[in-house]
Amino acid sequence: MIFSEKHELVRKLARDFAEKELTKEVLDQIEETGEYPKELLAKMGKAGFFGIKTPVKYGGQGSDYLSYVIVLEELGRASAVTDIWVSAPNSLGGGPLMLAGTPEQLEKYLPPIARGEKIMAFGLTEPNAGSDAGGTTTTAVQDGDYWILNGRKTFITTAPVADWCIIYAKTDRTQKGSKGISAFIVDMKLPGVSCGKAEHKMGLIGCPTSDIILEDVRVHKDDMLGEEGKGFSNAMKTLDIGRIGVAAMAIGVAQGALDESVRYAKERKQFGKRLADFQEISFMIADMATKLQAAKELVYRAAQLKDANSPEAGPAASMAKYYATEICNEIAAKAVQIHGGYGYIREYKVERIYRDCRVFTIFEGTSQVQKMVIAGSLLK
Amino acid sequence: MKIIVCAKQVPNTNEVKIDPVKGTLIRDGVPSILNPDDANALEAALQLKERYPGTTVTVISMGPPQATYMLRECLAMGADEAVLLSSRAFGGADTCATSTTLAAGIRKLGKFDLILAGRQAIDGDTAQVGPQTAQRLGVPSVTYVQKIREIKKNSIVVERNLEDGYEVIEVKMPCVLTAIKELNEPRYMTIAQIEEAYKKEITIWNENDINLAPSDCGLNASPTQVFRSFTPPPKGKGEMLTGTVPEMAAALIQKLREKHAL
Amino acid sequence: MAVRVIDEKCKGCQKCVKACPFEAITMNERLAVIGAACTSCGACIDVCPFGAIEKVEDLKKGVDITQYHDVWVFAEQRDGQLMGVSIELLGEGKKLAGEIGCKVCAVLLGDKVDNLVDELFEYGADKVYYANDPALATYNTDAYNKVIYQAILKYKPEIVLLGATHIGRDLGPCLAVQCGTGLTADCTKLDIDPVDKKLMQTRPAFGGNLMATILCPNHRPQMSTVRPGVMEKPARVPGRKGELVNLNVAFKEGDIRMKVLEVVKGLTEKVSLTDAKVIVSGGRGLGDPEGFKLIKQLADRLGGVVGASRAAVDAGWIDHSHQVGQTGTTVKPDIYIACGISGAIQHLAGMQTSKIIIAINKSENAPIFEVADYGIVGDLYKVIPAILEALG
Repeated sequence: MIFSEKHELVRKLARDFAEKELTKEVLDQIEETGEYPKELLAKMGKAGFFGIKTPVKYGGQGSDYLSYVIVLEELGRASAVTDIWVSAPNSLGGGPLMLAGTPEQLEKYLPPIARGEKIMAFGLTEPNAGSDAGGTTTTAVQDGDYWILNGRKTFITTAPVADWCIIYAKTDRTQKGSKGISAFIVDMKLPGVSCGKAEHKMGLIGCPTSDIILEDVRVHKDDMLGEEGKGFSNAMKTLDIGRIGVAAMAIGVAQGALDESVRYAKERKQFGKRLADFQEISFMIADMATKLQAAKELVYRAAQLKDANSPEAGPAASMAKYYATEICNEIAAKAVQIHGGYGYIREYKVERIYRDCRVFTIFEGTSQVQKMVIAGSLLK
Repeated sequence: MKIIVCAKQVPNTNEVKIDPVKGTLIRDGVPSILNPDDANALEAALQLKERYPGTTVTVISMGPPQATYMLRECLAMGADEAVLLSSRAFGGADTCATSTTLAAGIRKLGKFDLILAGRQAIDGDTAQVGPQTAQRLGVPSVTYVQKIREIKKNSIVVERNLEDGYEVIEVKMPCVLTAIKELNEPRYMTIAQIEEAYKKEITIWNENDINLAPSDCGLNASPTQVFRSFTPPPKGKGEMLTGTVPEMAAALIQKLREKHAL
Repeated sequence: MAVRVIDEKCKGCQKCVKACPFEAITMNERLAVIGAACTSCGACIDVCPFGAIEKVEDLKKGVDITQYHDVWVFAEQRDGQLMGVSIELLGEGKKLAGEIGCKVCAVLLGDKVDNLVDELFEYGADKVYYANDPALATYNTDAYNKVIYQAILKYKPEIVLLGATHIGRDLGPCLAVQCGTGLTADCTKLDIDPVDKKLMQTRPAFGGNLMATILCPNHRPQMSTVRPGVMEKPARVPGRKGELVNLNVAFKEGDIRMKVLEVVKGLTEKVSLTDAKVIVSGGRGLGDPEGFKLIKQLADRLGGVVGASRAAVDAGWIDHSHQVGQTGTTVKPDIYIACGISGAIQHLAGMQTSKIIIAINKSENAPIFEVADYGIVGDLYKVIPAILEALG
């Protein structure tokens, strides 16, 4: 697709940022220590990466989904974990608020999230309920002006460092399945809130994930997000949109893998010629590039449909997520293959890419769940 | 304060390559960028704007119509307005003619307190347009500014970089300062300001708008002319030096001196 | 001069479009059209197979160039010391003056630097124009500009050369505008056209990717700044004398709008690998960490910084911040000297675009020699001291 000059400038911003800030040195350090530098987050906040679609009056940038996709793509090309930090406030953190927040809630919570001063986590998944959110067992019982929350949320991105978390809990136990679930904005410092220990993940090192445990947590009724009993729909709408973000990460990370492969194939000599001069390798690269371009078009289209408020945006986002994350894994695997032994050691970027992108086909709805959504939209 | 920043859109010379066979420049896919030193000039202006409320920053450039893209970038960094001097008549200008055109554009903008420009553009590396524009406007200039120390009532105190240190200079305002990389770290655009930049109009002026006769601009007003241009001879296969150790060392130093590398 | 397409001859082959370094040529209905970005460089003329592009001389207002004579060199002094480039320019100026058949003169400004007058004569100046005033002790744009401009008006030099130092590159542009003439910056080569005796000034453009020869045909003086270290230093002839001309110095209120409050010397910060002009790197071949002392000595002598291969870093001989290559920093200095580095692909990836690569290695089969401009097979512990010796 052909971008407007404005979107090209957004791309330039993100690309310049990635080239200058996400240097090999910085990324290696993140990988080694598991810590994402605070200064880097502050710089990303300044450039506006944490509130791309958030309205200006709520401290955001007032831009669109296409800009969001472009930023994730360009940053992800250098660093997948950076994309997690960027997508969190834009999507799962700010998303539920923008969908259902009262003016007071928006004013209180959105600006610090959009500026990167506070972190909002998204607490939907439970040990026994992922995309099947209907199986939620966390409960909220009303007690005067307060709701008392009990339960356990799992695999919550940024939980250990979050200031707040959106918690989905069953408020009406008489209702079955996805009904009777409500959303709450929970201050992580409230008595009774604790985090499990940070998970040792395969990739995306530098953004902690853990359980959140709620034990008789008293949340004021003003912090209920949206109407009582409408929590499930809020979560699903958030995820619906969030998928575009994961798809955008995937095309960025895949581009990074392709960049490395092209460079290496031109540089590395074996049997007296460059890798690029072997048809086997050059055809692999042709394959990678073609599939990546196809994925990109799907992602851009989903973003544009979303910007146009089209009802097709949901299934389009699922198609984009499904295809882009699958081919991202395929491209990453080929990139490692092209690098040979070097691709298997940590000093080469493709090793990290290979581990980082593995979760793309899993989180925010597995590829299989996306297929359910796509099929569902056709066969309903 | 009213600050004017002179900026130029340049090809990213770091990405210009030479065709090894034909010996010609490969310009395909070489992006045009805001000249790096000019970004430092703009950053200095934006920092002054933050320090002195009520300050406005206007970016002016001479270039082809496509240079509006670079000017939008300046707006997205935080400049208030942008002016492009663009006309067929400005084509082929050397620094002498460029400074005439820029000075005419700046005069049309009215009174100013400070002009900031990059020391030099990476496509020409002349470092002449800044001080020459000052001469034409009849204001003093300080080149190679590495630090702005303070603004006094009618003057500004800056550090001017020298090869072996620096000097502290107090210069009367209005004046022209040319910025080097050491002056600051240019900020990033923000997405919100990119959105804003595309809601703003960029003023485009030709020679009539700035009261210049065609004979005063471009090639017609350029004392210097490019007689010919050529690509330097391509790098040949490396050379293994031979002889005793002192002979090889001496040969190496001589070759480096011949290439003016030392 | 301008470049013109002869429409009748143009076949629309687009060779000129591709050859134009400034993207100034576009196609319009199979005819080449030269746009505003044209600098008349003539690259298109050379590639056109049909002779369809020509250079046309246009009449331009200029000055009566016959009134201008002699080659002037700006004798830049700091703290009473002549800058090396000024001496180099005297040598170059003498050569040019010889070809034209005129004198080479130095222009010296300062406060009680009389001793430099003799030095300038001894380095070949036929004449020294000397302005002696406390206001000229250190360089001041307004003061120097005014004094030299008035001297140019009065004595009408044909050529004025300045060193492309931070001062020469400040003074030159101001003077050129005052004189209404052109200035060519950072020249690396100067020649006199044997036919019309005009100065041909050659300089790099596009970050050194292109060289351009520049003329200033109708305006005088012809002015150039020249990079230090490019021209040969002339021999000093002790006792050589010439003609001394004192320049009048008189400043009015408002002439000098700036003052130098303080000069701070020698505070050059340590440069990083990415910014360094010269990098001397050591590898496994050093044998032990002590070897980096020798590497540092050479780097210091060349005003450069120390780099290292991954092998040397892994061995714990030097900090990772010095590592050049795929896993370290990618560099592109003017000179890269690889000492005891075999040239693993990771290392080459990080340095092979350096302008000049010099490799010193015991093994003549080391891959590093494949990317080197100059290779020396030998023991670096012997070769580096010899290089230091040769540098003097």
